[in-house]
Amino acid sequence: MDQRQKEIDNLKDYKYGFSTDIESTKAPKGLSEEVIKFISNIKKEPKWMLDFRLKAFERFKLLKEPDWQKPKYPKIDYQDLYYYSAPKSMDDKPKSLDELDPKLLETYKKLGIPLQEQARLNGIAVDAVFDSVSVATTFREELSKLGIIFCPISEAIQNHPELVKKYLGSVIPTTDHFFATLNSAVFTDGSFAYIPEGVRCPMELSTYFRINASNTGQFERTLIVADKGSYVSYLEGCTAPMRDENQLHAANVELIALDDAEIKYSTVQNWYPGDKDGKGGIYNFVTKRGLCKGKNSKISWTQVETGSAITWKYPSCILKGDNSVGEFYSIAITNNHQKADTGTKMIHLGKNTKSKIISKGISAGFSDMTYRGLVDISSKASNSNNYTQCDSLLMGNKCGAHTVPYIKNKNSESNIAHEATTSKISEEQLHYCQQRGLSAEEAVGLIVNGFCKEVLQQLPMEFAVEAQKLVGISLEGSVG
Amino acid sequence: MKEQLQKDFDNIIKNLSLSQKDIEVKRFYLDNFIDRGFPNRREEDWKFSDLNQIIKKNIGELSFYSDYTSTNKVDTSVFVDGLEHNKIVFINGRIEKIDFNYEKKNQIEIIDQSETINEFSNNNSLSDLNNAFTNKSFKILVKNGYQLQKPLIIYHTTNSKIWSKNINLRLDFELGKDSSLRLIDLFSDTSEKNFLNIFYNFNLKENAVLKNYKVDKLENKNIKYSYNNIEQDKNSISETFILSSGSNFFKNEINCNLNGEYSSAFVNGILSLNNFKHHEIRTIVNHLTENTKSYQLIKSVLENSSKAAYQGKIFVNSKAQKTDGYQLSKAILLNKDSEFNAKPELEIYADDVKCSHGSASGSLNEDSIFYLMSRGLNYQQSRELLINGFLLDVVEKITDSEIKNLIKNMIGIKE
Repeated sequence: MDQRQKEIDNLKDYKYGFSTDIESTKAPKGLSEEVIKFISNIKKEPKWMLDFRLKAFERFKLLKEPDWQKPKYPKIDYQDLYYYSAPKSMDDKPKSLDELDPKLLETYKKLGIPLQEQARLNGIAVDAVFDSVSVATTFREELSKLGIIFCPISEAIQNHPELVKKYLGSVIPTTDHFFATLNSAVFTDGSFAYIPEGVRCPMELSTYFRINASNTGQFERTLIVADKGSYVSYLEGCTAPMRDENQLHAANVELIALDDAEIKYSTVQNWYPGDKDGKGGIYNFVTKRGLCKGKNSKISWTQVETGSAITWKYPSCILKGDNSVGEFYSIAITNNHQKADTGTKMIHLGKNTKSKIISKGISAGFSDMTYRGLVDISSKASNSNNYTQCDSLLMGNKCGAHTVPYIKNKNSESNIAHEATTSKISEEQLHYCQQRGLSAEEAVGLIVNGFCKEVLQQLPMEFAVEAQKLVGISLEGSVG
Repeated sequence: MKEQLQKDFDNIIKNLSLSQKDIEVKRFYLDNFIDRGFPNRREEDWKFSDLNQIIKKNIGELSFYSDYTSTNKVDTSVFVDGLEHNKIVFINGRIEKIDFNYEKKNQIEIIDQSETINEFSNNNSLSDLNNAFTNKSFKILVKNGYQLQKPLIIYHTTNSKIWSKNINLRLDFELGKDSSLRLIDLFSDTSEKNFLNIFYNFNLKENAVLKNYKVDKLENKNIKYSYNNIEQDKNSISETFILSSGSNFFKNEINCNLNGEYSSAFVNGILSLNNFKHHEIRTIVNHLTENTKSYQLIKSVLENSSKAAYQGKIFVNSKAQKTDGYQLSKAILLNKDSEFNAKPELEIYADDVKCSHGSASGSLNEDSIFYLMSRGLNYQQSRELLINGFLLDVVEKITDSEIKNLIKNMIGIKE
């Protein structure tokens, strides 16, 4: 009884903390050429894909794990991880949802992402990724009528090799940093989206990542290509069960926007953050990079980071095309013993490029948060502009909030402006709210929501509501 | 470089009468330096200025030994006119004159520390170099309650007698309770291609006031590094002003520890550069206790392929509630090949604080130029007027009116 009560209490804090009891197929433990061949084989990949992986692995062996980041973590034993884990029922790909393991359907229903046709969320196409495989993708037929390809990346490798070959690794090459290269070698699944010329994608595309198996690293890879004049809005959500050990999540996300195209990428990251004493939780070491390849293209990142024991990511924009625009909106909330080192990079290469960074950090409990960003205007990027604003809010004197921007301006016709502030919730504001009948906790929730409003506004409707609630929940227990 | 270092080190030791133990300490720092070499861009603090490369490119091989046995003639023409002042004169790294004629003799103590080791550490290899090679160092102690009548000007003069030399200097100041000191560092060089490595330590007791003005205005081809460490007790105030303009390369570092309540630190700087010069200001303000305050303002004007960098850090530890920290850096890039890099940093562990920073860089405002030209000024005049106004802002922050006027005259800023 006690045990059960405890479990229920735990779930209250993190309602996605359950695990699904499901039989799974795993690759042999550890990292080696054999394991990579195993993954490639099980996915029935063509030779060029295996070569891509092996090339990355060769490179990986030469790299050293970085250690300049603010949140330190115990050394990860890369030989003690499973690099592939998939529900056994996925071995023979189910042809339709009816054949899908009911346990999986149940899991997604519990997470609030029903996959069955009658219950689907309207206007959102979902690709559901469970550990190392994509289990279902909804609305595919409707999308394909418009020529939009939205499918698991492992299928895209089979069915659209010309597109994948052309763009995979073009933004995050196999020679990139430690975790990105590891991902290139062992990535398992993820989403692929291609929006053809001139098409405005009528619904939100979304991927829902779920880590279930223990001792498994999740390495997914997402590739989104927006062809000339197209538009797409993409959502990403993630959760994981509560486990005592730390789990590694090292994904790569590549975005490519051609002439006049626009990609909007939103993330609500709610991986298991570990318990109150900082035990367990996900290491979220993700590489996200967008390339504004064409003229007048635009990439916009919006992220709400509330989960993970350690978040370490910098969604970036390379503004290569003339007149291209990069945007970054972020809310990062850390509580208890969570740590975050996040921010963005805006690399201006083309003429008349513009970028905007709005970052809001909130730290409470014993947590530590760092905004780290780079704005680099190269000598050829004439008439470019950047505006950066990063605000931090501290709750209590056991937590930390840091700002580390790198600002490089090599062009006299370009302007950079950067502002940052750090403060606490003012007593007057609290007093005012409480005077009008709100409890201390509600008052803080209200003020924090106001603080984050600029970013929350950027999220698509359905997400915004969810995110707003999440902001409140993440800070529960941090007042008083 | 290793053999050269060893050889020059042995030469220096020969001329000093140090105990065996002290020699061991110095040798330890020498080995440290040999191990680490000059700082390079792989070190985070030197990311924007790779000193190793800069020395290699501009000087090549350095030698570390200077013969300090013979005196140099003091060239009085470099002395500041129209301002009565105390003097310390360094010529080619040798102390030629210490003169506190305007002050009460018993209120200032000058202690020769050359024969003792006082170690200095700022965790870059230049402090090792300085520890190993400094051969004369003095401590200047201002007694409790004494406020110097006249400012002290330290002349850093080099002449053409030296070439490709490394010069290491060190001074230690202690300002007793309720004392005050105004200090101007004036650089004038006719030498070329030398590397000056200067370390100052200031210890400010309760209510002490330090005003330090560092002026590097005259054109020269030397490479300089200067490090100020300032320890501040209760209610003390430090004001640092940096004019960084003349040398080929100059990195000024200010490290300020606000140890006592109600202490405050002000750092203001101008980087005015042209012709491929490369300067950097790095500040670290550590708020270590409650109710401390810091304010920083750095402005840069960059012309003709020059390069400036500003790294500023405000650190607030968890005890330092009610901290007020502010930092602003602004840069105007006048020429296509000029470059400005900034890393304004906040590291904060206390919640009841007010900290902010801002950084902006860009071109001269065309609208403002248009406005002025439409009122009859030509392009050049409008440009000068705008730059003047931009920099005047920083000079106006100088709290000592006598010295403010002196510096205004020196850099030709008109009101």
